[in-house]
Amino acid sequence: MKYLEKEAAITGIGISDVGRPLHRSGLALTVDACLQAITDAGLKPEDIDGLASWPGRSEDHPGMSPVGLMEVKESLGLKLNWFTAGGEAPSQIASVINAAAIVAAGYARHVLCFRTVTEASSQTKSRRASVSGSAEKRVRDDLQFQIPFKAMSASQWIAMFAQRHFHEYGTTKEQLGWVALNARRHAAHNPRAIFQKPLTMDDYLGARTISTPFGLYDCDIPCDGSTAVIVSRKEEARDLRKPVLRIEAVGSAVHGRYSWDQYSDLTSMPAQESADMLWSRTDLKPADVDVAELYDGFSFLTLAWLEAFGFCAKGESGPFVEGGQRIGLDGELPLNTQGGQLSGGRLHGMGHLHEACTQLWEEGEARQVPGRPQVAAVGVGGGPVAGCMLIVRE
Amino acid sequence: MTETGPLPELNQDNAFFWTSGADGQLRFLQCGDCQNFVHPPRPRCATCRGENLSPQTVSGQGTVHTFTVNHQPWLPGMKVPFVVAIVELTEQPGLRLTTNIIQCPPEEVYIGQSVRVVFEQKEDVWLPLFEPEEVRS
Repeated sequence: MKYLEKEAAITGIGISDVGRPLHRSGLALTVDACLQAITDAGLKPEDIDGLASWPGRSEDHPGMSPVGLMEVKESLGLKLNWFTAGGEAPSQIASVINAAAIVAAGYARHVLCFRTVTEASSQTKSRRASVSGSAEKRVRDDLQFQIPFKAMSASQWIAMFAQRHFHEYGTTKEQLGWVALNARRHAAHNPRAIFQKPLTMDDYLGARTISTPFGLYDCDIPCDGSTAVIVSRKEEARDLRKPVLRIEAVGSAVHGRYSWDQYSDLTSMPAQESADMLWSRTDLKPADVDVAELYDGFSFLTLAWLEAFGFCAKGESGPFVEGGQRIGLDGELPLNTQGGQLSGGRLHGMGHLHEACTQLWEEGEARQVPGRPQVAAVGVGGGPVAGCMLIVRE
Repeated sequence: MTETGPLPELNQDNAFFWTSGADGQLRFLQCGDCQNFVHPPRPRCATCRGENLSPQTVSGQGTVHTFTVNHQPWLPGMKVPFVVAIVELTEQPGLRLTTNIIQCPPEEVYIGQSVRVVFEQKEDVWLPLFEPEEVRS
């Protein structure tokens, strides 16, 4: 079979200011990120003929997705041949996974993909970011099987996955802590990161408990910011400003139960199926990966993605990250090089993709992985939400 | 009285589940053809695609598959700590409920613990909560 995502390339990236809060509208941040990505690619807004986002404009959670496609189209005067946004899709980078197929099919030549959050400026004392359900409203969707039991936050749902992993594999809180410490030491070299001050294991272990085994530093940090990525037909990409970043393989699978509690193995989740699909579409192997940007909305999710991708054996992610050498900038698998979401801010998956491209283009400055990285793995999502991508610098 | 979160909106598919506790029994949809329990309620059995589904009483016994002791108040005034758990019902591997473990100090909850259902009525909803089968020795 021919895997058509290989006909697609990432040609430009953009990121707005990131902060908490920024006191600017989500649309203004989005336009900043989009124009930056278009310029980065060496394109003009007139060249953009596709537009995609995940999950589209949503009022469900404060600031979770404040910007819709058409506001961006109208702001930039885009002439679109194809567009789509929706939340029922394989992860927060689904827009990019979709765009790869779209440019390969020729529906569009250059697709602008974006993700915007204004969670820092939208949350109030009574309405926190990323808390599902409100005291005034009855629950209609499948979260009706979580929320009545005060299981209202992904931190609780994912804490239970971590607890099960601890139980089955002997993973420890200190090992989990290395995901957070690693993120923080990398964030120190990222001027855009929210938290840059050093974090020690004592700080980590001494932080207040959110929901066991998670403490404060196992949870990412809501922020305001927007990230944009341009996906182009590879043949067009060769004529653009930057070296071609080929989309080598994507993973978008969900085979088991789409559920926060019915999925058979809660310690792996569909991240495993998604990564299995990715490896079935390429001759490359986990050992070929030079840098990994793995979702860390919660520390445990990075461990789950390490195992899903096969960077270590099932159950071995705790020892794999312990001590932090292996996952440092000069380690065998540099991990979450921008500080992840734990220290960088919750740009919701697209920040990880942005950083993978930054590293492959060797634009990481003080946090640049040495040795000219050529292959980047990006795994995004948690619980039933999963999508992943392998990107190769040609 | 156990404090609860926002309640589900009842409809023709889920009402049997959320009102099942009115007589003290826990019920799930079961496929009359292949005996598979279907949860959350759906119009077909996802295993055999049969539509011969009806609510059937289960024992209400299960084990703690995993849990978390929650310390963060997610709504103003929420009392903490409390235990959120995923309980696997005895009747079928993978048949699980996210729930609360009550009548047990949070520090004594453990994976593999035997628990049984106990209902808490809130308005028109009977929430299936779980308590230990016996005090841990």
